[in-house]
Amino acid sequence: MRIVFKTNYMQDIRPWKDRYQLCLYLALIALVAAAPWWLDAFYLGELTNVLIWAIAGLGLMILTGHTGQASLGHAAFLAFGCYANVILIENGVPFLVAFPLSGVLTGIAGVTVAIPALRLHGIYLAIFTLALSILMDDIIVLAEPLTGGVAGKYMGGVEIFGHLVDRWATPEQFFWLVLGAAILVTLGYINLLRAPLGRSFIAVRDSEVSAQAMGVDIARTKMISFALSCAVTGWAGALMGLYAGAFNNETFSVVISIQLLMMIVIGGLGSIHGAFLGAIVIGFLPQFLSIAKEYVGAAFGGSTVAIPGLEFGIFGMILIAFILFEPMGLYGRWLKIRTWFELFPFYRKDMFKRQKSYLRTERLR
Amino acid sequence: MSLLAFENVTLKFGGLTAVNDLSFEVHEGEVFAIVGPNGAGKSTVFNLISRFYTPHAGAIRFDGHDLLKVKPSGVAAFGVARTFQNIELFEHATVLQNLLVGRHRHRRTNLVSELLFAPSARRQEIENREKVEEIIDFLDLQAFRDKLISGLPYGVRKVVEVARALATDPKLLLLDEPASGLSVEETTDMRWWIDDIRRQMGITVLMVEHDMGLVSGVSDRVLAMADGAMLALGSPAQVQSHPAVVEAYLGKAS
Repeated sequence: MRIVFKTNYMQDIRPWKDRYQLCLYLALIALVAAAPWWLDAFYLGELTNVLIWAIAGLGLMILTGHTGQASLGHAAFLAFGCYANVILIENGVPFLVAFPLSGVLTGIAGVTVAIPALRLHGIYLAIFTLALSILMDDIIVLAEPLTGGVAGKYMGGVEIFGHLVDRWATPEQFFWLVLGAAILVTLGYINLLRAPLGRSFIAVRDSEVSAQAMGVDIARTKMISFALSCAVTGWAGALMGLYAGAFNNETFSVVISIQLLMMIVIGGLGSIHGAFLGAIVIGFLPQFLSIAKEYVGAAFGGSTVAIPGLEFGIFGMILIAFILFEPMGLYGRWLKIRTWFELFPFYRKDMFKRQKSYLRTERLR
Repeated sequence: MSLLAFENVTLKFGGLTAVNDLSFEVHEGEVFAIVGPNGAGKSTVFNLISRFYTPHAGAIRFDGHDLLKVKPSGVAAFGVARTFQNIELFEHATVLQNLLVGRHRHRRTNLVSELLFAPSARRQEIENREKVEEIIDFLDLQAFRDKLISGLPYGVRKVVEVARALATDPKLLLLDEPASGLSVEETTDMRWWIDDIRRQMGITVLMVEHDMGLVSGVSDRVLAMADGAMLALGSPAQVQSHPAVVEAYLGKAS
C-alpha cells in the first residue's frame, strides 16, 4: 500500500494521488493515442465506437451517477446533438463551430425538459424521460423538412483546417478527434467533481434535505446537472452521427437509452472510470458474442445458427447479475480487489457493504 | 440582543396543531435548549427555522431578517446551520467531501471557472480546505478524513454532522438531539464541544435534547414544550422543577 504523505492542500486538490498515478494515466493516454499504429482498421473503428459511448456514458453519469436522477431518455439527446450538428454543417457552419454548438443547443434543450422534470423523483422521472425518448422518434419523422424524416440523413466526413476527417477514408483522424473530445470531457468532469458544483450534485443525490440545509438550491442544481449532462450527451450524439454515416429516426431508439443506462450501471455508478469500463463492455460484447457463438457452434456440430435476441438476452442477464452481486459495478469490483491487496491480510468482507439506514428522516413533504 | 425570534408561530398538519402560538427568543451567544416529551413539536420548530414548513400564522425573525421570505436553501446564507435527528449525511462521499459541501454557501466561482478549474477556483478550494481542516482538528476527526460515511460508526457520524454544520461558518447552530444514541463518554465529549463552540467560536447554539444531564450541563436557558405549546422557559433548574413540566413528563399525582 502506497501511503502518500500530504504536506499541502494542492496534493489533495490535484486529480492524481502522486506522480506514479499521473505517469500511469499519461502512459494509458499515450498508448490509446498510438492505437492507429498497433491496431488494425476494424478494431480501431471499434475502439472509436467505445470512446463515443464512453462520452455518452459520461453525460448520463453526471445526471444519474452523480446527481441521482435516473434518465431513460438520453437517446433523445443523442439524437438532438446528432441532428443539430449535421444540420448546422449542411448550412455551411464549419465543423469546429458546429460541433461545440450542437452540444450547447442540446444542453439548452435539456434545461427546457428539466423544468417540468424537476418535480419528479425516481421511477416517475424515469417514465417521463422514457416518454421523451419515444417522442423524439416521432418528432424526427414529423420534422421532415429539417431532419429528412424516415429517409434519414447522410453525413460523410467533415473538414478541420482543410484536413478531411472521415470515419472510412481517414479512420485515424476520426479516432483522434473522438479521443480528443473524450479527454476534454473527462478533464472537465474531473474539475467539476473537485469544485463546489460537483459536490453539490453529490449532496443532492445523497440527501436533498440536508443539501438544502447547507444552502444548495435543489432545483437550480438539478437544472445545471441536466444542462451539463445533455450537452455532453449531445456531443456524443454528434460524433455518433459522424461514425454511423447514415441515420434516421430509428437510429436513436429507446433501446439506445436503455443500453446507455445499463452501461453506466455495469461500469459503476458515480465514477468516471465506470463510464469507460461500461463502454468497453457494451462496445465489445457483440464482437465477443459472435466469436463465442462460433466456438459454441463448432462444439455442437459446426452449425452457426442465428439466435434472435441473443445479444439483448445476454445484456439483460449481465445487468441482472450486476445488480444482484455487484451493485457498485465493475469499478466497484476493481476497488474491492485493490483494497484486498493493499490491506492483505486484513480485508474484511463487509468493508464496502452498504449500511441499511432505517433511521432516515421522514420525508418532509 | 435576540438573534432568533419566534412570534406567535402556529403550524397545523390537517387537524393536528403541531406548534401552537409559540413565542420565544434566542439571545446571541447563549446555549438554548428545547425539551419536551415525544411529539411535543421540538423538531418541528427546527424544520420551521429551516423553512421545510411554512407556519400558518406568526413570524420567524433571524438577525433582523424575515426568515419566511426566503427559500429553504436561502436560510444557510444568513448563517444558520443544523444537524438532523436521524443523521442526514451524504452517505457515498468521504468525511472531507461532506464538510466541503458545508462550505457551499461561501461559493464565489461560477460554472465556467469550475469546469476549467481556474486560479480563482483553486484559491477558493484551498481556503475551503483551510477552514475544514480547522474543524477536523477541533472535533478530532483526523482519522476519518478520507473515509466514506457509509462505513463509519454511528457515534462518529453524529460528530461529522456537527462538523459539517460548523463548516458553514454559522452564527446559529441548530443541534437536533446531538447526544441521542451516544455512549456516556461520547456524550461527555459532545458536552465539552458544545461548550467550546459557544465560548471559542462565539456561535449561538439552539438544541433539542432529551439527556437532561447534557441540557443542564451546557444550556443557559431551557424551553419546555408539550403538544406544540410552551410549558416553561427559564434556567435548567427552574424548568426541571416547574410543576407543569413535571406533570407533562410524569403525569398528575392521583
